[in-house]
Amino acid sequence: MPVDTMPTPAAAKAPSSGKPVINDFSIQVATANGSGSQSSNNVLLRSILQMGIPVSGKNLFPSNIQGLPTWFTIRVSKDGYIARRKVSEIFVAMNEETIDSDITDLTPGNVLIWNSDLRRTVKRDDLIEYPVPFNKLSWEACPDPKLRKLVTNMVYVGVVVHLLGIEIAECETALKKQFKSKQKAIDLNLNAIKFGVDWAQKNLVKKDPYRVERMNKTAGQILIEGNTAAAIGALMGGVTVCTWYPITPSSSLVESLIDLCRKYRKDPVTGKTTVAIVQAEDELASIGMVLGAGWAGARSMTATAGPGISLMSEFVGLAYFADVPGVIFDVQRVGPSTGLPTRTSQGDILKAATLSHGDTKHPMLIPASVQEAYQFAQDAFDLAEQVQSVVFVMLDLDLGMNFWMSDPFPYPTKPLNRGKVLTKDDLDRLGKFERYRDVDGDGIPYRTLPGNPHPLAPYFTRGSGHNEKAQYTERPSDYRNLMNRLAKKFETMRDMVPAPVIEADPKAEIGIIAYGTSHWATVEARDQLRAQGVPTAYLRLRGYPFNSQVAEFIDKHPRLYLVEQNRDGQMQSLLSLDMPQYATKFRPIRHYTGNTLDAAFIVENLRAQEKGGHLGETQWFGPRGH
Amino acid sequence: MATTTPAQPPPPPPAAPAPQKKMNRLGLPLEHYTGSVSTLCSGCGHDSITNAVIRAFFDYGIEPHRVAKLSGIGCSSKTPAYFLGRSCGFNAVHGRMPAIATGAVLANRNLIAVGVSGDGDTASIGLGQFMHMVRRNVPCIYIIENNGVYGLTKGQFSATADEGSASKAGHVNDQPPMDCCALAINLGCAFVARSFSGDAKQMQAMFKAALAHRGTALLDIVSPCVTFNNHEGSTKSYKYAKDNDVPLHEIGFVPFFENIAVDYEPGSTKEVTMHDGSRVLLRKLDRDYDPTNRLASIQLLEEARTQKELLTGIFYINPKAPDFTEQLHLVAEPLYDLPVERVRPPKPVLDEIMKGYM
Ligand SMILES: Cc1ncc(C[n+]2csc(CCOP(=O)(O)OP(=O)(O)O)c2C)c(N)n1
Ligand code: SF4
Ligand SMILES: [Mg+2]
Repeated sequence: MPVDTMPTPAAAKAPSSGKPVINDFSIQVATANGSGSQSSNNVLLRSILQMGIPVSGKNLFPSNIQGLPTWFTIRVSKDGYIARRKVSEIFVAMNEETIDSDITDLTPGNVLIWNSDLRRTVKRDDLIEYPVPFNKLSWEACPDPKLRKLVTNMVYVGVVVHLLGIEIAECETALKKQFKSKQKAIDLNLNAIKFGVDWAQKNLVKKDPYRVERMNKTAGQILIEGNTAAAIGALMGGVTVCTWYPITPSSSLVESLIDLCRKYRKDPVTGKTTVAIVQAEDELASIGMVLGAGWAGARSMTATAGPGISLMSEFVGLAYFADVPGVIFDVQRVGPSTGLPTRTSQGDILKAATLSHGDTKHPMLIPASVQEAYQFAQDAFDLAEQVQSVVFVMLDLDLGMNFWMSDPFPYPTKPLNRGKVLTKDDLDRLGKFERYRDVDGDGIPYRTLPGNPHPLAPYFTRGSGHNEKAQYTERPSDYRNLMNRLAKKFETMRDMVPAPVIEADPKAEIGIIAYGTSHWATVEARDQLRAQGVPTAYLRLRGYPFNSQVAEFIDKHPRLYLVEQNRDGQMQSLLSLDMPQYATKFRPIRHYTGNTLDAAFIVENLRAQEKGGHLGETQWFGPRGH
Repeated sequence: MATTTPAQPPPPPPAAPAPQKKMNRLGLPLEHYTGSVSTLCSGCGHDSITNAVIRAFFDYGIEPHRVAKLSGIGCSSKTPAYFLGRSCGFNAVHGRMPAIATGAVLANRNLIAVGVSGDGDTASIGLGQFMHMVRRNVPCIYIIENNGVYGLTKGQFSATADEGSASKAGHVNDQPPMDCCALAINLGCAFVARSFSGDAKQMQAMFKAALAHRGTALLDIVSPCVTFNNHEGSTKSYKYAKDNDVPLHEIGFVPFFENIAVDYEPGSTKEVTMHDGSRVLLRKLDRDYDPTNRLASIQLLEEARTQKELLTGIFYINPKAPDFTEQLHLVAEPLYDLPVERVRPPKPVLDEIMKGYM
């Protein structure tokens, strides 16, 4: 397994006695990409969830279709923690390529289930080992050589099921979910699991303390990826034009939307669809189509990742100056285009916020959970039309492509907010229309849509060279007026984007700010800190521009930590630009390995900085005032 | 004879009748189709194209509010401000008119999209978008105002400059030109034509034919830049174009609302019935040519290329090709103002989706 290079002492406690550890451990499975292990892992994950036990699953996968190593981690947590943990107590080694390094990296006391048909040279005597001849077993379990590889993975599910005490009936239910109604696949895989269970029963003696036991903490919960959640949000948010260019980790967002729209956005009578989904030739085109559609009144969106954001830069600037709406889902990954496209990061924050040239800034909605991905997707369409602006929804790979437990999503209660659009009747009544005049004092002008038959309706859209009547101008005062109105509009947005979520603690001198998926590790880190006698208050940012609560929170806490998943403190830069008086107050906790953030990292970094000395790898950012 | 004093002064002699303003079939005057005053150099070919657009849309009786004018960046891309002042417009970024136009017609399929671009805007920076728009058959009249140079950035060669053509400073272009018509035909474009800004009659007929077409209608119009590319040695100058323009046929147009019979000698004219029922009549000049034969059009343009001939006319028409909105199976109504019930599925749908993830 890839080891984090960030400094955190391994905090694993190997269970010394046979005292059982119930519903509180992680399992990591090492396989090769494209070997079908994703289905096996999902079946394990779902089976445990169906037993009422909180779980989360994280896939660490390569940029490759077949063959490169993949690690899938399932965290079982009776307390409901769903962030990644640094250490997994149970390791399933199924990949010959990584078996030696995987085993070398294990913590003493870990459980190792390994394929004894693979070539392994590393010996350890401080692990609890279960060798299993998986290749041989799959020969016996599956006579068809074409299917054997997939079956091998289900055999390990069987071994794990037996060792942990997972209920086989739940595996069957999970298989039915996984393979829908394909009975042949369900039978084949169930047999393989049973084969594994039988073999383990006969041949393995349980030596480790880890077990699952039925709980009632997941009743009615769903298990879903953030990209799918956002797609459902777009569906419910009334998207009418979606254009895209495939890129990991955003593709599955639009692919989910395509599936949903095929089913749910078709006119039952004519078979015609109420949404246009276009795979564009590149991101220059996808954003152009989004803006053309937004200009003409559609609820338009695209989904992309950093490389696409870079290409969209010019067009997004035009939208800024011309007040054109559109929604961009940015599922962030590490940079650059040829880099580690399958690893997570919060690396586009600063870029998205200020994308393009000239003075430009754009609102961002930053979901931390699948439910927020669903909700913010809808909110983004409302906001884009209300403020006539490009709106970014900033997911990341961790949220977008991993499975998260959640309450089912609530049906929207608010009507669609289509913003300040004047119809023919409105114009009849008003007798006057100036496209870019700030009538309401909020910086948001009124607009008409192409096709409006009123003689006052048509106007000509261009970049910055326009006055309030949308006439061409190069007058300095007109340009300045435009810039000031746009700045005012941005001020208006402070209270329109989702407000931060604050967990105050009157005893706390320490304030922590985090956003997006850093939330889950932060929650767990705060519990650990509290247990260590260090109370903290917490503010989770959910939108940009910031509202006044953010400054209050920063002001209130003598010591302020800012958790980010990037190297340069991109959110810190935005906060400092907005509130220069606090620019030196932030203490950075920055995780940038491509892996998801874990609580131990936050705790260790925070405690080290509290001692005033060691800042981990972040120290070479130069002194930050405290 | 009793004299009567008139109670009122005699009526004034009748005023000369006000000159009857010419109105089109919608009862609109030509001014409803003009735009703001052009800021281009006087004599610029682009202004002649603007005038032809105004005239064609007026004659055809297009409701101005149904038109969306889209453009990229360049002198040519400025022209949408100079025609159809009662239509909305969007002057976008360089080379990206097709994307804006595509988005706009997807949002509102009732719009009549008129995209204006330059040879730099289309054949250099925007080549990808041009080709993909054509390939998708996005309903849009696509005008390339082709002067062989970048006018707005002061006279650099563009990708349509002919091999051997000289710049104002005397540099000779030694790269072969991009033929946007040939490209478009290759990509399946169902309406491909070339004209010259000095031939108002031909341009107007072509614009009307393009209005009658559904799908991408490409009009590549040689449009001399008087400031940077009108000198001796240039193959995009007025003189060169006038001397070398070879019309393929004479274009007549009978709009769908004028159901008149036209007499012509059998074999002399090729008639094509367009999507909206209008008829395009192509009267033979020097050669027999069937613009519905795609293979013939490819051969024609290849021959014109090798013979360095400036052929103008409608090279290819296929009135039946399904446009992009049909390919996407969109509902008949514009998407942008569908009511919420049609774009937000009801609660049972969300419940069903949620159940699938439990
Ligand atoms: C991204 C970008 N690069 C460069 C330019 C500068 N630029 C403006 S117009 C133009 C060329 C226009 O040429 P053409 O499309 O042939 O139009 P013309 O002016 O000849 O009508 C260029 C390169 C720009 N506006 N945007
Ligand atoms: S520079 Fe050339 S293309 Fe531009 S307006 Fe002048 S003549 Fe026309
Ligand atoms: Mg040009």
